[in-house]
Amino acid sequence: MSLRGRYVIAGVGHTAFGKLPGSDTVSLNVEACRGALADARVDKSVVDAVFVKVPTSAHQFMFGQKVAEALGIAPRMGGAWDQGGAANVTLISFAIMAIEAGQCEVALICYADNPRSGSRAVYGRPRGDDAAYGWLSTAAGYAMIHRRHVIEHGTRPEHFGAVALACRRHGAGNPNAQLRSPLTMDAYLSSPWVVDPLRRDDCALVSDGAAALVVMSAKRARELGVPQPVPVLGFGHGQTSFELPQRPTLTSTEAARAARTAFEMAGVGPKDVDVAQLYDCFTITVLMTLEDYGFCAKGQSGPFVADGAIEFGGALPVNTSGGLLSETGMPGLQLIIEGVRQMRGTARLQVPGAGVCLVSNQGGTMHTHGTLILGN
Amino acid sequence: MTSPDPKSTAAPAPKPVPAFPKPEITELNRPYWDALEQGHLVVQHCAAGHAWLPARRHCPTCLADAAGWRRASGRGRLVSWVVYHTAYHEAFAARLPYNVALVELEEGPRLITNIVDANDALRGDAPVVLCVEREEGQALARFRLGAATSR
Repeated sequence: MSLRGRYVIAGVGHTAFGKLPGSDTVSLNVEACRGALADARVDKSVVDAVFVKVPTSAHQFMFGQKVAEALGIAPRMGGAWDQGGAANVTLISFAIMAIEAGQCEVALICYADNPRSGSRAVYGRPRGDDAAYGWLSTAAGYAMIHRRHVIEHGTRPEHFGAVALACRRHGAGNPNAQLRSPLTMDAYLSSPWVVDPLRRDDCALVSDGAAALVVMSAKRARELGVPQPVPVLGFGHGQTSFELPQRPTLTSTEAARAARTAFEMAGVGPKDVDVAQLYDCFTITVLMTLEDYGFCAKGQSGPFVADGAIEFGGALPVNTSGGLLSETGMPGLQLIIEGVRQMRGTARLQVPGAGVCLVSNQGGTMHTHGTLILGN
Repeated sequence: MTSPDPKSTAAPAPKPVPAFPKPEITELNRPYWDALEQGHLVVQHCAAGHAWLPARRHCPTCLADAAGWRRASGRGRLVSWVVYHTAYHEAFAARLPYNVALVELEEGPRLITNIVDANDALRGDAPVVLCVEREEGQALARFRLGAATSR
């Protein structure tokens, strides 16, 4: 039997975003989980699985067990998963499959990190022996992909800028957003290079914070009286090489494979999607995800976004709470939470009548991809 | 030791340029770096003829044991490049803005490198030719814009 709609996100929670001096990743996780349990109106005693995404900036031994201990939960299943930003969708998928297999009933999924007040060294890391050539940082990998997209498709700076403008516009009114200043195209084009062709405003924020959600079956949610469960319609995954030179192409992402699985499970296609939360660690990621999901032809994402299609009020509003470029640089769980708000009808920039929300999460340098489709 | 350090009374030396991050040379990858010392580029291969970089014990295509190294033509094409305006390591601060490029060799493998030409001369898919340079005694496989490849 298809899993479509039989599992729900029962509750969501998050901490403040931005700079949180003195924070630690275990207690940030606890704060977000407390919020998610309260939102679901369930007690922690029903939770029997705790799936944690490792903190990007500070991996720790047995981190999932530390978080469960701090939550005062002795779960049947749990641990920490290292897969970059796509881990959020993976952990939701694992939770659903584990519940379906009778291994647990109610799962907490959470993530916390504090690179802004702690160490952001991971983002400038040497990339193996290639550091001898000056090949360091996460941003440079995306810059390499960005340039190739320009070479192959003639994508213009204004196209990348349109993504940044949309996210910044959407985040500007979000009281919880870290960067609430809207961006003009002139300001985008004159923002300084980080690693050319990446400008500062192409790049995700560096943020402290945490987010969490509760996953259970739709049946269990009814039994527990969960007030606003949001059904999961589909999910899918795809992964490619760790190092950029090891993949055959730079201009296709694993979004295509992930979405094929997710769309098939959900029984919907791109035309059915009312609102999307697309992982925007860098503007190029949004453009290539739009192409690989089939919202436009390969290479046509620039013209697609140039006319405001991804802004609130456009054909496909994207990142309605600001995304990684405006709300928080947290790798992806905030996008799922905004998807939940859109499906509940409680988003600040609520897309009227939205019934299908697509969420993309991806990790590393487009190494990993997860697609999640939510309904209502 | 009780004898005074003769350097201790000298004027402080100017701040040294930090050492660049040298490759970690192992038994596995030594043939690659030794070949560069001799001025040429090699790729690793298996008995079935699959070629790859960087060094591995097993062919990532057929999982056979690595059979050896063979000399590459040194010709390739420029797939993409970036220009750093931020130094993520102090050793590169004085070089800003510097490029890092992704080159595809005629033989198939791709690698990370630098193009020694001016940043604004770089073009997508431009042919490039090996140009071994030394950095603190370490031979590196850099490339220059060059003649068309043979295929």
